[in-house]
Amino acid sequence: MAEILVLVEHVDGAVKKVTLELLTLARSLGSPSAVWAGAGYSPDAKAQLAEYGADKIYVAGAAEIDDYVVAPKAELLAQLVSAAAPAAVLVAANAEGKEIAARLAIKTDSGVITDAVGLGEGVLAEQSIFGGGVDVKSRVAKGTPIVAVRPNAANPEPAAGAGAEEQVSVTLSDAAQAAKVVERVHEEKGARPELTEAAIVVSGGRGVGSAENFAVIERLADALGAAVGASRAATDAGWYPHQFQVGQTGKTVSPQLYIAAGISGAIQHRAGMQTAKTILAINKDPEAPIFELADFGVVGDLHQIVPQLSEEVEKRK
Amino acid sequence: MNIVVCVKQVPDTATERKLRSDDNTLDRDAADGVINELCEYAVEEALKIKEAHGGEVTVLTMGPTKATDTIRKALAMGCDKAVHLVDDALHGSDALSTSYALAQTLKKIGFDLVVLGSESTDARMGVLPAMLAERLGVPQLTFAKKVDIDGSAITVQRVTDYGFDKVEATLPAVVSVVEKINEPRYPSFKGIMAAKKKPVQTLGIADADIDAALVGLTAAWSQVAEFAVTPPRVTGTIVKDEGDGGGKAAEFLASKKFI
Ligand SMILES: Cc1cc2nc3c(=O)[nH]c(=O)nc-3n(C[C@H](O)[C@H](O)[C@H](O)COP(=O)(O)OP(=O)(O)OC[C@H]3O[C@@H](n4cnc5c(N)ncnc54)[C@H](O)[C@@H]3O)c2cc1C
Ligand SMILES: Nc1ncnc2c1ncn2[C@@H]1O[C@H](COP(=O)(O)O)[C@@H](O)[C@H]1O
Repeated sequence: MAEILVLVEHVDGAVKKVTLELLTLARSLGSPSAVWAGAGYSPDAKAQLAEYGADKIYVAGAAEIDDYVVAPKAELLAQLVSAAAPAAVLVAANAEGKEIAARLAIKTDSGVITDAVGLGEGVLAEQSIFGGGVDVKSRVAKGTPIVAVRPNAANPEPAAGAGAEEQVSVTLSDAAQAAKVVERVHEEKGARPELTEAAIVVSGGRGVGSAENFAVIERLADALGAAVGASRAATDAGWYPHQFQVGQTGKTVSPQLYIAAGISGAIQHRAGMQTAKTILAINKDPEAPIFELADFGVVGDLHQIVPQLSEEVEKRK
Repeated sequence: MNIVVCVKQVPDTATERKLRSDDNTLDRDAADGVINELCEYAVEEALKIKEAHGGEVTVLTMGPTKATDTIRKALAMGCDKAVHLVDDALHGSDALSTSYALAQTLKKIGFDLVVLGSESTDARMGVLPAMLAERLGVPQLTFAKKVDIDGSAITVQRVTDYGFDKVEATLPAVVSVVEKINEPRYPSFKGIMAAKKKPVQTLGIADADIDAALVGLTAAWSQVAEFAVTPPRVTGTIVKDEGDGGGKAAEFLASKKFI
């Protein structure tokens, strides 16, 4: 069976959930080979990758891979593509994953598809475009299919793979060492899951009313183990930091559950959340367009409804 | 400094956007064309760099004839001149073709710094800046929320999921910007009038040494197999809060096994 390369996403040595999703998808296309780039590989990581189906694990542990922007990972993958001739390469569709895919596409003269929300036989990728207005199925026509898949495109399911480890050494070209990372600045983040990867996202908009009132949204998010998001109206007002903005000019999320509180549902906001599997909307205006998307909607004041909901969730835990 | 800012005309997100039924490409005639929002931030940053370090800002766009509106907008903001890559052979180009065509043009016109938006609102791929850096063999300084230049040294703050990375490189380089970086200026009346007289050079593919076999729909590295208007989501249940709205929402979440 042809190999399917899956680039592993990891922080502080821990494999991210999106990688387990990609391994699950890869199993339906061929034999998954996990690719570990950079420092932090451990027996725990190996066990987890094998548990979710990795038949092979390529380990390129050189720390210098992490020292430069994007290009080293693209070089590593290009080297593996020419050695293993895989049937596809899967990366996570986050900002960096898409850039890795972009450079790899050029290096290997291959087509690239970004933001897939599903992946079928023959590496047919499903995408949702124009803010969720149109569903598209695309295929790579030349080279090795490179697909950047959005988090939550599949449920991670364990199914043991052989997990055969293979050490890989890379010699970085000068071009790959052109943009050097000299410092990584971690802004306070707290214990919440990452916005683009979270299974549940609770977002607040203009209806929240103030920065202080975002505590109401945060409480519900914490009760559900969710990430917090915000509309542009809320981030522009300075009520919540920019990096949590969901929508056309913010993050794209595709969670199992999206809760929109005090958000009208403008097209630009929908562009960032319309592929959520289930949508719950809370808005005092029964005409708000967000209700057109909602699987469940409550018309009323979020300052009453959200705390009550948080209390219920906390009670049922 | 020779600064080139790449801008793209995109269909207005406020109007209905469609794919053409004949060749599955974006129907650029169906919707009003506007400058891609993030490209305005790219123009602003290019102008700021010029104001601080001197030089010239050239607008580069690839797109149909009507994309001249977008070029005029960038010129009205203060760019000095423009290059418009326009050729019927380019219709249907995907990201690989577009990056190739723009890279060829950039090699032709020369640059010390290329500034782009980090993503466009139509394709939303966010791949072009990285592709250009790869093709041009220059440093990739993408998703910048701050750019500092000192002689030929360039430093940016690259936005990440956890905060930002400080990245250093040497010019020439490719930079893409996020919306946090600045507040784009509005063109003044004087700027709009002046823009009408600024030079716009039109290039076809032969002028930029672009191989016709590598651009356009037939060259595309990926193809849309099928598309359909998304069926409306199943109409959900909408209830009015009678003092029990939170409880009802909780029941819904429980019925879906979220709690
Ligand atoms: C080029 C461009 C890009 C954009 N990109 C984005 C983007 O990335 N993300 C984004 O979100 N927007 C984006 N926008 C902005 C978008 O058009 C909307 O303006 C924005 O999404 C509105 O945010 P909102 O829903 O919070 O505010 P509003 O539209 O003002 O809606 C607030 C809602 O809250 C309700 N409400 C008020 N008080 C209460 C209460 N007490 N209880 C319950 N409900 C209440 C109101 O009924 C209303 O429906 C973009 C716009 C443009 C032009
Ligand atoms: N046809 C084009 N002409 C000029 N610049 C472009 C074109 N397409 C994309 N760009 C630039 O690349 C950025 C990212 O676009 P994209 O990769 O399509 O999301 C845009 O913000 C523009 O700066």
